[in-house]
Amino acid sequence: MLVKSSPHIRDNSSTQKIMLDVILALCPAILASAIIFGLRALLVIAVTVVSCVVFEYLYCRLMKKPNPIADLSAVVTGILLAFNLPSTLPLWMAVIGAFVSIVIAKQLFGGLGHNFANPAIVGRIVLAVSFAGRMTAYAYPEVTNGVAALAGATPLVATRNADLPLLTLFLGTHGGVLGETCAAALLLGGIWLVVRRVISPVIPVTYLATVAVISLLAGQEPLVQLLSGGLMLGAIFMATDYVTSPYTLTGKLVYGLGLGIITCAIRFWATSAEGVSYAILLMNLLVPYINDLTRQKPLGGGKRK
Amino acid sequence: MEKKQSKLSIVTNGLLHENPNLRLVLGTCPTLAITTSVFNSIGMGLAATFVLIFSNMAISACRKIIPDKVRIPAFITIIAGFVTVVMMLVQAFVQPLYQALGVYLPLIVVNCIILGRAEMFASKNGVLDSALDGLGMGIGFTLTLTAMGFIRELLGAGTLFGIQILPDAVEPMAILASPPGGFFVFGVLMALAIMLDEKQGRKVDADPEKIGCAGCPNSKNCHGEGGCE
Repeated sequence: MLVKSSPHIRDNSSTQKIMLDVILALCPAILASAIIFGLRALLVIAVTVVSCVVFEYLYCRLMKKPNPIADLSAVVTGILLAFNLPSTLPLWMAVIGAFVSIVIAKQLFGGLGHNFANPAIVGRIVLAVSFAGRMTAYAYPEVTNGVAALAGATPLVATRNADLPLLTLFLGTHGGVLGETCAAALLLGGIWLVVRRVISPVIPVTYLATVAVISLLAGQEPLVQLLSGGLMLGAIFMATDYVTSPYTLTGKLVYGLGLGIITCAIRFWATSAEGVSYAILLMNLLVPYINDLTRQKPLGGGKRK
Repeated sequence: MEKKQSKLSIVTNGLLHENPNLRLVLGTCPTLAITTSVFNSIGMGLAATFVLIFSNMAISACRKIIPDKVRIPAFITIIAGFVTVVMMLVQAFVQPLYQALGVYLPLIVVNCIILGRAEMFASKNGVLDSALDGLGMGIGFTLTLTAMGFIRELLGAGTLFGIQILPDAVEPMAILASPPGGFFVFGVLMALAIMLDEKQGRKVDADPEKIGCAGCPNSKNCHGEGGCE
């Protein structure tokens, strides 16, 4: 019998299948954003998805690389990018965001598998730094009983003064970017991904637990901190990107811990109200080192260099 | 030098193949810091070109009498002399540029491009060749800065030379005017320069693992003896 070199165990999973699962998991949140923010939300999502796919296609065509759009990763990037934008954003800005995500953050570094950070996060941060006013021009869902929800700030800013009911936070009927508000829909998607074994729950759980513990220590309400801002979206969908998260268990724990610490540091002690996207970008950059430092030593193997 | 370079190739060398910013990656500090506007870029480029040409000539003329052990202090002193001249001229005649460039003008003294060319070229070649090398490098530096300034000012502030170009409806992307945008533009231009260089038939091995002395654009100056690590 011939034994070839590993891997010996094969699985019929492919990038396309995994991405399809992620898209399915994102569907509840897409639906929620359409209900909360109206049809304009769907328009923003459609624009980013189409422009992400078009940019990916054009770049690969221009560079004479094999066409990768069938792996659906550009679609996922497009949806995630749209989830990070307010529904009022001018559409050409969304297109710029898609260009930065796909061409600058992903393809220039070599395409899927070579990007140094989550493309959607880079797109979001470039837009947030460039068009600070537009990116925080959150739409507020219409509320039947008054002006309470129209205070002009996202819960993270608002909770510094007054409390939104937890149920509102959980259902997401408050201001914010498209995909971050409805924690219920995001959790549903997260559970689907874990059940389908697309993501391991280690990173989101460590991340959320760290934030909860630090919130408690800092005298903040942990549940409010968990449910508001982009934390759920970031922890479940953005931080778990295969390319930009560690592959060892210890590495994942360290990564989640780091994410939680940076997020809380920015939220509680910095001038910016939200720190999830910067936390993910910073930890993305550290992933190669985390992987190196937490690699398992082969049994009987010598000292690691 | 193994082969005598033609006078023209000495000048054109600095434009692309040994472009000081994009291919040798020298003098990146002013490249990133002052390229927020075209005006500053051109001013900085011209000032550095002036210093490059004259310091290259002076160093080349003195290359036989400067003892090897103290060559760096000697080079720096010569360069500092010319920078002082440029500073005073700019201060006297182009006051806005003097204020915009601020500390980066005197910092030309320690600009790696100028010291690098003194070490790599002027201390080994004749006066005329060194002047041409300074000219080519200076033009390359100026072109790079201008390209970066053009992109960053147009997209980052919507203006060129301070004049509004983009319509008001198009909001400028503030990130391009800030440091991260500078790095983005610099990286993209660097990739473009490598692409153009490869198009001209020169094999550029951009894989950092493989870049030994052979892949280093300075290799022909140090004759593969290393010493740069």
